[in-house]
Amino acid sequence: MGWETEYEGFLAMLDEADSELLATEGAGSEEIKAFLSEDGEARRRFLKQALIAGGGVAAANLLLSYRLNLFAQTVESMASRSSSTVESAVTIPITLRVNGKTHALNLEPQVTLLDAIRERTGLTGSKKGCDRGQCGACTVLADGHRINSCLALAAAYDGVEITTIEGLANGDQLHPLQEAFIKHDGFQCGYCTPGQIMSAAGLLKEGCPTGMGVRECMSGNICRCGAYNGIVAAIEEVRGRQA
Amino acid sequence: MQTIGRPVPRKEGRDKVTGQARYVDDLIFPEMLYGATVRSAVARGRIKKISFEGNIPWDEFTIVTAKDIPGENCVALILLDQPYLADEFINHPEEPILLLAHPDKHLLEEARRNVQLEIEPLPAIFTLEDSLNRKEIIWGEDNLFKSYKVEKGNVDEVWQSADFIIEGEYETGAQEQLYIENNGVIAIASPEDGVTVWGSMQCPYYVHKALLKLFGLPEDKIRVVQVETGGGFGGKEEYPSMIAGHAALLSWKSGRPVKIVYDRAEDMASTTKRHPSWTKHRTAVSRDGKLLGMEIDFVIDGGAYATLSAVVLSRGTIHAAGPYSCPNVRIKSRAVATNAPPHGEERFAESNKTSRQKKGMGFASFMHGAGFTGSGEKYLESVVGAEATADGRVRILAASTEIGQGTNTIFAQIAAEALRLDYDSIEVAKPDTGAVPNSGPTVASRTCMIVGKLVESAVLGLKQTLSGSGLLKENYTQEDFRQACRSYIEQHGALKSYSKYKAPPGINWDDEKYEGDAYGAYAWAVYVAEVTIDTVTYEARVDDFVAVQEVGKVIHPILAAGQIEGGVAQAIGYTLFENVVWKDGRMINNQMTNYIIPTAADIPPIRVFFEENPYAYGPAGAKGIGELPMDGAAPAILNAIENATGASINHIPLMPESLIEALGGESG
Ligand code: FES
Ligand code: FES
Repeated sequence: MGWETEYEGFLAMLDEADSELLATEGAGSEEIKAFLSEDGEARRRFLKQALIAGGGVAAANLLLSYRLNLFAQTVESMASRSSSTVESAVTIPITLRVNGKTHALNLEPQVTLLDAIRERTGLTGSKKGCDRGQCGACTVLADGHRINSCLALAAAYDGVEITTIEGLANGDQLHPLQEAFIKHDGFQCGYCTPGQIMSAAGLLKEGCPTGMGVRECMSGNICRCGAYNGIVAAIEEVRGRQA
Repeated sequence: MQTIGRPVPRKEGRDKVTGQARYVDDLIFPEMLYGATVRSAVARGRIKKISFEGNIPWDEFTIVTAKDIPGENCVALILLDQPYLADEFINHPEEPILLLAHPDKHLLEEARRNVQLEIEPLPAIFTLEDSLNRKEIIWGEDNLFKSYKVEKGNVDEVWQSADFIIEGEYETGAQEQLYIENNGVIAIASPEDGVTVWGSMQCPYYVHKALLKLFGLPEDKIRVVQVETGGGFGGKEEYPSMIAGHAALLSWKSGRPVKIVYDRAEDMASTTKRHPSWTKHRTAVSRDGKLLGMEIDFVIDGGAYATLSAVVLSRGTIHAAGPYSCPNVRIKSRAVATNAPPHGEERFAESNKTSRQKKGMGFASFMHGAGFTGSGEKYLESVVGAEATADGRVRILAASTEIGQGTNTIFAQIAAEALRLDYDSIEVAKPDTGAVPNSGPTVASRTCMIVGKLVESAVLGLKQTLSGSGLLKENYTQEDFRQACRSYIEQHGALKSYSKYKAPPGINWDDEKYEGDAYGAYAWAVYVAEVTIDTVTYEARVDDFVAVQEVGKVIHPILAAGQIEGGVAQAIGYTLFENVVWKDGRMINNQMTNYIIPTAADIPPIRVFFEENPYAYGPAGAKGIGELPMDGAAPAILNAIENATGASINHIPLMPESLIEALGGESG
């Protein structure tokens, strides 16, 4: 039950940070309030999932990047309100390691990992369904743990080994999950699919906590086409083979 | 060799599981600008002034208003009532007023927020009731987009002799399609070269038609290409005409490619949703269980502009009486205007309710017409082409789009079977109005049955040409076919064949009297749901779901089951959680955290069974599937809830709070 205590602890931290933010007056405070109230529930659920699935370190990382992201968004919008020129943007050098390749980039600190991957490395397999941690289409692996890359700041993943859908197959040889998704028709339109498969890859490594099934452990990845039967069957098959 | 009925691999499967499939947001054109839409926050009003504020380098922006439109400012669909950009009057919240483009996405967003609109508000109406009572006339002379009346027998006489009369009113809410890929397009437009649009869409020829009017250009100057599309569910039927027009207008003015991709909040708030509806049923039944008569009043909320309301209404009218035989029927239906963003088409649903069975279990029996309603197919005159190459491969030329439902796979199966060739030797061309004929829109469960049949006859045309010129004998191998194609192409150039829709014999529809055979064929189904109600939280959970249907011959068992499962999953959401919250005509829960759709954990394993009964005029005996599952799941679930709790439910979505209310009302 380790994650539960951890969860409580993180929640308390979150609340503290929220109240600090809410206390800020002046430009942008309305937006901050709206943002916090809108997303509070999602953040909690997401954090809980991250803790259950990924354990402490990954969750702490996620939490941190979420907070940074939040600050960056609000700070950016406040800053651009007073002087709105793009040139003022400061960039920082970071090394993004994606699918075994190294990309030396200069990025603004608020750039998300998803945007960095999609726009700066030419890998467009990871999808943007909501950009707010609500759908899972952007799921990638960070040092083997699944994360929503739209909630992660690229800067917080300097040097971390990122795997995207493009990096899962071994050359022409598809990953067993990719094979199984084809076999069980675990997709229709395919837009959620990269996220589903990467999330499943993370799940295979983490394993489902006892008392939870694949359906619960995959509930952060939404498929509007409703290919859940196929998705679950594909994952079960590969899990079964591994065991 | 046989491919029909076998689970061949999906044509685009490998690309989709490796991240190679390219959707519109994955494409970048050189020199491309990003486009954004400035929208109205008020529901109804008159634009007084537009000003450009803030510390924004406005001279770097391309700005388009209604004045910049080269052709007509209307989205050509059924009626020409909806403008691309509001010129003076605003008729719904989120109505587009002005367009901006800039190379920097972030600055663009900043700029969008700094356009100040001064709008003088006018009184608006938001409910069916206010619209029917004409509290304010906001459309035409009477707020009425369309109405139908169906009469059979004499309903007025049955009420006296009936043993039982059952009456009820039913309401359904709006539903957001919520495809995971938001709407998006890229356009390149100039007076010299015309307009080309690449985008996520269901119906390239709808967009084509709309752009013709918007730019006043000849047909061959407009080209619309569908790129890989991340779901549609009826939500990318008419709206892509709007966003495509916007991107093209920005490109026309700036001279550069322009991409517009909505973010989730904008997509949810501004694009079309499933129509909210209200239905009143009065049914007369005899003691021995016979239906004597039905009177049905059906009203849908079409939003501020007509869009496709008439089509939806017509389908609803014809399906309103359900699959039952009844001698006396009167159906009255109306589509009315309110100051909400227009509602479009969605897999259609129908809440007719049937009797209860065991505790916590409910069922629904229903049907769904395949193809366009009434004379629709006759007017569409859809065409499909087939082309053979010198190495014996066959390409299908059709504008029907793959949006996840398996169009490409099924077309290839039908063609392979008809020609007795390998599945792998058939390709399906990308829908591109510059290269494929108009096989009609990808809607109304018509793609498999209607367009599939045209695919079959088009490829058979290739074979006839080859055997007619003596190049192909009766029993041929793949190699013979290849040889024949090569010789033919050497002698004559190309080998192509086209096939155009003809109504099957004996299918007639009278538009004037609104009578006859509305559809060539129906799919039939019985759905059973088992639910558990949590008596503390009042949450309803579907534990088991069985779907049995007759859709003619099943072409691809796994894809077909996937279509049913997907539709049922959406219907579970529609019935139990998907609640669009409106405030003054605006959707205020336009996020995936507060508009809740089902996750894997909310969906039971859906058990799907097919009863095969080949339909003589479908390709290899197939009928349509797409929209069927949305019709029956809601009534089955509601009946199960009624069976479990005793509460009679007459509106969806059934949120826990309404269940508490329903139960509280019953017990005291
Ligand atoms: S795009 Fe990241 S969760 Fe939706
Ligand atoms: S396959 Fe379309 S959203 Fe999952």
